Amino acid sequence: MLVNFFFELRQSGVPVTVTEFLTLLEALRERVAWVSAQDFYYLARLCLVKDERHYDRFDRVFAQVFEGAEKLFEQIVAQIPEEWLQSLGARTLSEEEKRKIEALGGWNKLLETLRERLREQKERHQGGNKWIGTGGTSPFGANGYNPEGIRIGQQGSRNRRAVKVWDQREYRNFDDTVELGTRNMKLALRKLRKFAREGAPDLLDLDGTIDATARNAGLLDLKLVAERRNAVKVLLFLDVGGSMDDHIRICEELFSAARSEFKHLVHYYFHNFLYESLWQDNRRRSSAMTSTLQVLRTYTHDYRVIFVGDATMSPYEIIQPGGSVDHWNKEAGAVWMQRVCATFPRLVWLNPEPVERWTYTTSIGIVRELIGERMFPVTLEGLDRAIAELRRPLTRPAPVSTGPEPPPAPGF
Amino acid sequence: MNSRFTGTERYIATEDLMMAVNAAITLARPLLIKGEPGTGKTQLAQEIALSLGCPLYEWHIKSTSKAQQGLYEYDAVSRLRDSQLGDARVHDIGNYILKGRLWEAFESEVRPVLLIDEIDKADIEFPNDLLRELDRMEFFVYETRQLVKARHRPIILITSNNEKELPDAFLRRCFFHYIRFPDAATMRSIVEVHFPGLKQELLAEALTVFFEVRETPGLKKKPSTSELLDWIKLLLAEDIDPAALRGTDAKKTIPILHGALLKNEQDVHLFEQLVFLNRRSR
Repeated sequence: MLVNFFFELRQSGVPVTVTEFLTLLEALRERVAWVSAQDFYYLARLCLVKDERHYDRFDRVFAQVFEGAEKLFEQIVAQIPEEWLQSLGARTLSEEEKRKIEALGGWNKLLETLRERLREQKERHQGGNKWIGTGGTSPFGANGYNPEGIRIGQQGSRNRRAVKVWDQREYRNFDDTVELGTRNMKLALRKLRKFAREGAPDLLDLDGTIDATARNAGLLDLKLVAERRNAVKVLLFLDVGGSMDDHIRICEELFSAARSEFKHLVHYYFHNFLYESLWQDNRRRSSAMTSTLQVLRTYTHDYRVIFVGDATMSPYEIIQPGGSVDHWNKEAGAVWMQRVCATFPRLVWLNPEPVERWTYTTSIGIVRELIGERMFPVTLEGLDRAIAELRRPLTRPAPVSTGPEPPPAPGF
Repeated sequence: MNSRFTGTERYIATEDLMMAVNAAITLARPLLIKGEPGTGKTQLAQEIALSLGCPLYEWHIKSTSKAQQGLYEYDAVSRLRDSQLGDARVHDIGNYILKGRLWEAFESEVRPVLLIDEIDKADIEFPNDLLRELDRMEFFVYETRQLVKARHRPIILITSNNEKELPDAFLRRCFFHYIRFPDAATMRSIVEVHFPGLKQELLAEALTVFFEVRETPGLKKKPSTSELLDWIKLLLAEDIDPAALRGTDAKKTIPILHGALLKNEQDVHLFEQLVFLNRRSR
């Protein structure tokens, strides 16, 4: 059953290796988790998942594979010899609790009743005041309110277990479904590095030291310099939804490669084209919008801007006020694009659509014109050219704008 | 000596966290802890050491830290200087080997707790350089031809703030636990532990305001547990009346003593803007 679980995990994209699986088995042999489905869940997650983004996927697989398995755990508990429970009780119960047990007729009485009830009870039970199960007031079972209760298989905080932990799926937002193989992209992005000496001087400056030592009549005089660090700043705008669904995988690879490569990386999402607001969290898109103006104000002009989108839409969505597919936009997308171009002189657009199809789509042509032909395909070669574009010194004249001068940004 | 960790009177550990710590202790494997800043990652190591009664070695990682510094450092510069000054110590290279935190932990008489704090601050190759040391718990000192082996495998805790991704080979050797932000009930018991006998009304009002502030979209740094505790400490010191807090619906006014909750001026500014908007739309 566990081997099956292992393969299910791998199939659903949780990167588990044999070593980690063996660790889990070792931990089970060492009795780290014991006769409790919940403990087993925690332990399995601890051993097999190494990234909180995979928690959600793990929960789904766990729920699917072990559906109904808690019953199994309960059966095991029912077969526990009474000496074990007694020694457990002796260790964990306070004097007062022990007195209460005496009040109920002592351990033997309690266990006898337990066994009797186990015989009567056939099914998993929840609530109520007699049967063994969860959430009830019977002396037997977990999470109950009876002070004399034997908590079977579970300890610790009560009343929060009504829903199985793995069914709650609390880690949904972390899952970004990034496949491996971002290394090539990282290497391409690495070219964008711009090193500057920053921070405390802690590297030996060899030339300086030799020079200073010589001047010091041969007595050592150390000179230090600060380490070189990547000082480049990147602002990433990502198109989501609609026609971009075909390109999700490559965009996620690009995103996760960029995220590990740049220290200053900020990302925003948009849908189809850039309008007056953006968002950073797709789940809270409706409630947590950021005004594009604010973005323009917040980030300085030395940020490099990378747009990622297929730029495939109706031309009206770009050039007409009110052309947006999901809301009424007062100003045309093109105006906003011109503002971004004016604020951030170093800008590229990465397009996951194959280059051959660019000429057949009117909107791609419009976007290319808007941003001064700085659109590149998402291939390693295209990425290289895009990075070269971003590295250009700032003296380059701003792209010739074909439309009317963009109106000044409205006050706020 | 107790060998199971169940939290302490100052530290509320959730069940999955206890499981993580106990598994790491039993199997003697490093435990990697991630989570929002201020959720008690660093404190966990201190509490484990305290509750198990073992010594704690802390190794705080900076962006300039090298893996080698945790093992030992050869102070060649002092040796060069000593040789120029004709010091006799110069003939024994052992005089210039400085022990790192890992070495100290390996030498401990009883099983120690070793905290490697904020491993993601270091260079991208840092974790890879520690693979063998964490796996076998031994390393070799080339200068003195000496093999340093751990007497007792330390309980190793590693914290990360997710600033960099850690290499797979490193992750495979660790247990991993993500500290989720506490829900309201856990938060209540955490506050209870730090400020026993806190007036119920004040606690309830403070928590409401706190979670409202946290929910505010667009905050650069969401306030976390440690900020909440600081804030409550301030509220107590100033002897604020719970009623005063109740008046401060987070949507209408900025909470009292907000400096403890909001840590940068953009956030405060954003908050003021929101408050202004809400007042206007009232």
